[in-house]
Amino acid sequence: MPWELSESEFRAPAGADRLAAAIRRRAQALGRPVRLMEVCGTHTMAITKAGLRGLLAPQVRLLSGPGCPVCVTPAGAIDAALALAARPGVTVASYGDLLRVPGSQPGDTLLRRRALGAGVQVVYSPMEAVALAAADPARQVVFLGVGFETTAPGTAAAVQEAADRGLANFTVLCLLKRTAPALRALLAAPDFAVDGFLCPGHVAAVTGAQEFAFLPQEYGLPAVVAGFEPADILYAAYRLVSRLDGGAPALENEYTRVVAPQGNPAAQAAVRAVFAPADSVWRGLGAIPQSGLALRPAWRGFDAAARFGLELRPGAEPPGCRCGDVLRGACTPGGCPLFGKACTPADPVGPCMVSGEGACAAAYRYGLTEE
Amino acid sequence: MQEIITLDYGSGGVKTARLIEEILLPAFKNTALDSLGDAALVPGGAQLVFSTDSFVVTPWRFPGGDIGKLAVCGTVNDVCMAGGDPRVLSCGLILEEGFPLDDLRAIVESMARAARQAGVQIVTGDTKVVERGKGDGVYINTAGIGVLRTPGLGRAALRAGDAVLVSGSVGCHGAAVLAARSGLPGGGALRSDCRCLRDLSAAALDAGGVRILRDPTRGGVATTLNEFVEGGPLGIELEESALPVDAPVAAVCDLLGLDPLYAACEGRLLAVAAPERADAVLAALRALPGGEGAARIGAVTARRPGTVALRTALGGSRLLPKLTGAQLPRIC
Repeated sequence: MPWELSESEFRAPAGADRLAAAIRRRAQALGRPVRLMEVCGTHTMAITKAGLRGLLAPQVRLLSGPGCPVCVTPAGAIDAALALAARPGVTVASYGDLLRVPGSQPGDTLLRRRALGAGVQVVYSPMEAVALAAADPARQVVFLGVGFETTAPGTAAAVQEAADRGLANFTVLCLLKRTAPALRALLAAPDFAVDGFLCPGHVAAVTGAQEFAFLPQEYGLPAVVAGFEPADILYAAYRLVSRLDGGAPALENEYTRVVAPQGNPAAQAAVRAVFAPADSVWRGLGAIPQSGLALRPAWRGFDAAARFGLELRPGAEPPGCRCGDVLRGACTPGGCPLFGKACTPADPVGPCMVSGEGACAAAYRYGLTEE
Repeated sequence: MQEIITLDYGSGGVKTARLIEEILLPAFKNTALDSLGDAALVPGGAQLVFSTDSFVVTPWRFPGGDIGKLAVCGTVNDVCMAGGDPRVLSCGLILEEGFPLDDLRAIVESMARAARQAGVQIVTGDTKVVERGKGDGVYINTAGIGVLRTPGLGRAALRAGDAVLVSGSVGCHGAAVLAARSGLPGGGALRSDCRCLRDLSAAALDAGGVRILRDPTRGGVATTLNEFVEGGPLGIELEESALPVDAPVAAVCDLLGLDPLYAACEGRLLAVAAPERADAVLAALRALPGGEGAARIGAVTARRPGTVALRTALGGSRLLPKLTGAQLPRIC
């Protein structure tokens, strides 16, 4: 094929121009805009930071799916975290991004509660939350366990560590999600129109690339497990349009330097030991069977919902907010009436504007609509 | 819901600007304040430049500096950026009950050393002690007065085609403090760029053609450049490939999810210079300690008025808006 280049050339930024041109050309041959979806917040950020959308438009449209863990956490879960933080003697330990997400009441965030004196602590890892609990036995430390398969092993390890140390004051509010069931739910929606998937390299590093084999096998869609350098993403997009333009749909692993076909067995074992798949509510997508992880009965003592008698409700979505549609690729950030007006990174209404990895925040921060 | 102060209001970004514009400026309104530079010109023709800054960094000692050195350099630098030659500083200390005297001595000695190096004297001061739990060890406020050496600097002097220069690699201070705080492995390679900019700014101004000077502290290079052009008829375009970022800074920022363009510098200056003088300004900067890595990073343009855009290494473009929200806890 005239523009079939070697992989190493595609990795070098010097080849980016040619690669982008090759992608556009192959997409052009299909005679319609090609819609590719990434389902990882790190991909969202990498794409916007490198300005890849503009490089591939208009022949290829890159859409952001439900890949930002903060964005898919429902308002009801935030309400539960806010309620926990309001209890005397409780410290809520959380990744920083979650602190700015409003619950059902606009403007009510963990950041605000902290400013008013609530026990809210930013941590970079679940183990830090375990250390907080160990250092202050008089306080109950609740770790907000958000994220996908990538953060689940660390959360599992933290629970095991807390058990080993006999900590009676550490629990997890388990909001962990699984990627594949959410993709199935997206694909089942009648208005869902995507030509191929950029699959999340970090998730696949844990689960194995095979986790995404169902996309070509059951849905006839090409899928490429991709890394996070701009050239990784361009190369993955090139493979996807190549598959669409005359190739057969298949799963490819572009991120072989990190992702093994079977993933990381030790991480999988830790997750399996502590968590079991469970139904879960996603912001914008609703309840999806088996799309979350819950603590197994043997670990119930570390379940914040059980210890504090919490019932997770879906919670109210902010009026007018279209984050749900954005997460499904049914609406671009700019298509939301609140975008850039009532909803900005300084005063976010919906979760996609809160997280640095959210599609709306990325579009607002880095978007150049004219290009 | 009642509006309250959150950490975002101290980030140096969008919310800090809102605090200034909605609460402080209307109350204090005057022409000296309205220019919103790093320092003000004292009205009445006295040719004096006046500035103040408060320092709450934690931990108080960090790789490459400490709160005392920072408190002197920060205010000295603000006076220099406004075209002033700094002469005297004040020193206000707010100490928390229980703070070790040895630590205070070390901080004050560090201030004295920095003042000597900057050629300024600390001529007045104040000390307050607050109850344990009502402070965080030590807070320092300094104010500085200088004599105006170069008038006419400011946003109004910018022209399309001007060159945007930086005196060295960006984001070192923010990355060093955050690495020290989080105990990151490999963070030991990082040092704050905290330094007095008196010589560098004087050299840049003497080279001629400088339109505006700023030191990109809180909010980093991206936020400071936005302040140059926001609401005005011009924009700025940066070249990602021309931006000097040290490898350890890039690595730590990657790990912590930060962008070096939004990480604070405490010993760098941004200059916009007339295109025909840009090389001379760069040469003057490069000839001095702390300016060896000076680089031309972009240009002022009439495209996209009011915005800062980055041309990425891959040839794409993206906007660089002001910082929104605190990246992380206190660093200056």
